[in-house]
Amino acid sequence: MSRYLDLSRRKFLKTGAVTGVAVFALPLLTRQGPSATAVAAEAADADSDARLFIALQADGTVVITCHRSEMGQHARTAVAQIVADELEADWDRIAIEQALGDKRYGDQNTDGSRSIRFNLERLRLAGATVRHMLRDAAAEQWGVAAADCLVEQHKARHLPSGRTLDFADLAAAVADRQPPSADAVSVKARKDWRYIGEGKPIVDMADILTGKGTFAADVRLEDTVVAIIARPPVVLSKVQSVDAAEARKVPGVIDVIEMPANTEAPVQFRPLGGVAVLASNTWAAQKGCEKLVITWSDSPNDGYSSEAFRKQMEAANEQPGDVHYSKGDVDAALKGAAKTHTAQYYVPHLAQAPMEPPAASARFVDGVLEVWSCTQNPQADQSLIAGMLGLEESQVRVHVTLLGGGFGRKSKPDFAAEAAYLAHETGRTVRVQWRREDDIRHGFYHTVSAQRLEAGLDDAGRLKAWRHRSTFPTIQSTFVAGAEEPGFETDLGLRDPPYALEHIQAETGRVPAQLRIGWMRSVANIYHCFASQSFMAELAEAAGRDHRDFLLEAIGPDRLIDFAAEGSKFANYGGDTDAYPFDTARLKHVLRRATDLADWGRDMPEGSGLGLAVHRSFLSYVATVVEVTVSEDGELTIPKAWVVVDAGTVVNRDSVRNQMEGGSVFGLSAALDAAITVDKGAVQQSNYDDYQVARMPHSPASIEVEVVDSEAPPAGVGEPGTPPFAPALCNAIFAATGKRIRELPIGKQLSA
Amino acid sequence: MPTSFELNGRSVTLQVADDTPLLWGIREDAGLTGTKYGCGIGLCGSCTVLVNGRATRSCITPLSEVKNLAVTTIEGLHPSGEHPLQKAWIKTQTPQCGYCQSGQIMQAAAMLVDFPDPSDEQIDNIMSGNLCRCMAYVRIRKAIKLAAAEMRDDIASSPTAPETAAHE
Repeated sequence: MSRYLDLSRRKFLKTGAVTGVAVFALPLLTRQGPSATAVAAEAADADSDARLFIALQADGTVVITCHRSEMGQHARTAVAQIVADELEADWDRIAIEQALGDKRYGDQNTDGSRSIRFNLERLRLAGATVRHMLRDAAAEQWGVAAADCLVEQHKARHLPSGRTLDFADLAAAVADRQPPSADAVSVKARKDWRYIGEGKPIVDMADILTGKGTFAADVRLEDTVVAIIARPPVVLSKVQSVDAAEARKVPGVIDVIEMPANTEAPVQFRPLGGVAVLASNTWAAQKGCEKLVITWSDSPNDGYSSEAFRKQMEAANEQPGDVHYSKGDVDAALKGAAKTHTAQYYVPHLAQAPMEPPAASARFVDGVLEVWSCTQNPQADQSLIAGMLGLEESQVRVHVTLLGGGFGRKSKPDFAAEAAYLAHETGRTVRVQWRREDDIRHGFYHTVSAQRLEAGLDDAGRLKAWRHRSTFPTIQSTFVAGAEEPGFETDLGLRDPPYALEHIQAETGRVPAQLRIGWMRSVANIYHCFASQSFMAELAEAAGRDHRDFLLEAIGPDRLIDFAAEGSKFANYGGDTDAYPFDTARLKHVLRRATDLADWGRDMPEGSGLGLAVHRSFLSYVATVVEVTVSEDGELTIPKAWVVVDAGTVVNRDSVRNQMEGGSVFGLSAALDAAITVDKGAVQQSNYDDYQVARMPHSPASIEVEVVDSEAPPAGVGEPGTPPFAPALCNAIFAATGKRIRELPIGKQLSA
Repeated sequence: MPTSFELNGRSVTLQVADDTPLLWGIREDAGLTGTKYGCGIGLCGSCTVLVNGRATRSCITPLSEVKNLAVTTIEGLHPSGEHPLQKAWIKTQTPQCGYCQSGQIMQAAAMLVDFPDPSDEQIDNIMSGNLCRCMAYVRIRKAIKLAAAEMRDDIASSPTAPETAAHE
């Protein structure tokens, strides 16, 4: 299998012992360029962020370590921009390495739209620290005052004499210096930023366009066997009996191994169990797997069926629920209202279905379990695998490949743990490959939800009272057996309504989870925003008012909403409320801009309409306007969408646009045809034929994105584009047809 | 039974069962991993390669069907990665995660041979078999148009128009 190896183009993969380079100016690396993964664990001197994230090679190349997973949001580009900017590095003389899982990087869980907002200042400081070290080293070499020197584009310069030293000339001297303390380091003024802001082109572009990017299944290690696993169709079911005789006869099949069962709630991130077929190649493993004859045990989840469960959730919404936000007296206000309106909304389970199905390779050599995985959270891989195999976390080394999309699925390391288990069990190097069918049937699903909204209007058609009840199986159930009370989902568009009302209440009902529940891009914002922003349009209609005017009036005056003072324990996405207040002026601004761009209020031809929605999530403000046309037979087309985003300070403006475009169509995709349904505990879909995601003809013909200029602290970008799209779309459909969509997916509702 | 065919201009012989899908032959036996697995049933287009210039889903094409034919993968589209489509993808900064892009580009390369000046509708129809879960469709469409324009200019200014622009 040595023909698999092509080290020349797999710079981050090295066979044999992995050698670290995250050490300053190792002479042995002279002129070799970046040669191996930046291994913080082996960087003995990595006692500071400067050394964790930056290595200077003898030829002056600056090696920047990215500790966030790259899954299409261009984290590697952004991290490099930030560090290189503060370091005054020449963009053409940097190299980017991917970090292993290591707690010293701090949080590496690449979700929650956190990479920039949690790391901008920290990475700026790391870059500036090394810039100071370079300046000081040059001043010492010249015997001049450091204050007379500056660092500019890969050179230190002595201002009075004009002398310069290249980073290459300073690498050795810097290697021995201690980084100065943070208070001795000043970061650049915003006006001096070179790379932060407009942004640089995507750093992985050339590899991607020539097929050289290394995703999980592209990792090539010597003597790898491929495993394909048959997993229980119902969660908490296990293998009762297996007949592998026919499977073993398939040429190329090497072994058949029963996986440890997972029959006790909570399921956590542990693998589901089942039977693995190991073979010399993927095709043989797949054929072998198809020949297994397995009987599965009963499961407590056998009774789960989507249709009946919907009724259970809707019944829960008819009763008072757990209260998460209460202000005034909603019951009395509703009774006293001139007009009330009630509506129920339903959003099914969804699967993330990234184009790259889960895959991971593992080997166990000399007591070290080494994994290569398309993981969003390598530290979770470490802890799960260590716990499962009785190893120390320091014995588990997790390499992060490029991710072919993640969307939350790859925050859950069950697939890497499967590879680790098989490698540990067999002593072989094992690559676990999930088939698309495995991905669709055995996911950590976006939850199913039913919501009931009720509001009161006064004589003048003004919103006076608002009650939002939301019932769904909670993500908490994945971690706490039997959990029915939601956790952080209530912070995602339920207990943070931005309305200036005296009477307001947000509640949740309780239902059990009977699938593995996980998170998908923007999580509960998807269903909460769909319901609340659709309902706002319904209320405007009931009041006989323009939707935009009605919504702006409901949001009310410019103010910073203090949810704690208003009776809501809103967690604000972990953002400090001083740095990241909920600012209604910013919310209204994006709404006004998007509607202005779309020329809101213009006359639309028969069968066409505009719809809008606005939402704050992950600390960013996004307004979306969608234009639709619906033909007489119900065919939907989207000529254009407008998106205005205020994400505070942005690192790469074009990447923000890219995320708004992609996030929007991701929301569209969830609205159009996609649904995961369950019968007798088993998921009924299996591939892209029955789980349909949006294709090019569904996509808007164009999407105009405006990124608000802002010097506010950076907010999230990967997720906030998704929530407003579905309600804006459904509001546009109503404007075009008079048909109100309260249940997703839209499917055939327009032709019915 | 071993299968011989031409892969990116070089003759190869793969010693695996000839019912093995071309996708796995390319990835695991020929060692070129630019062609991706996405669905295994020909519905997502990630595995698209050219077989004698025609866009082909390699995940549902057994090796026996490409015997003695010419297969082009993303690695063979252009010797230095400067096919007009690759250049247009850079210009528009189209990829997000990049996983589907090999298939998108190979499908587009085949399309531009048949439709040098594709309409929006033709692009939508022909590219509808290629999923992008990052949903970069707006940029893919734009990049294809840019590449098409460049290829038409090249042909117009070339004394001997190439028979197929997708093959280098």
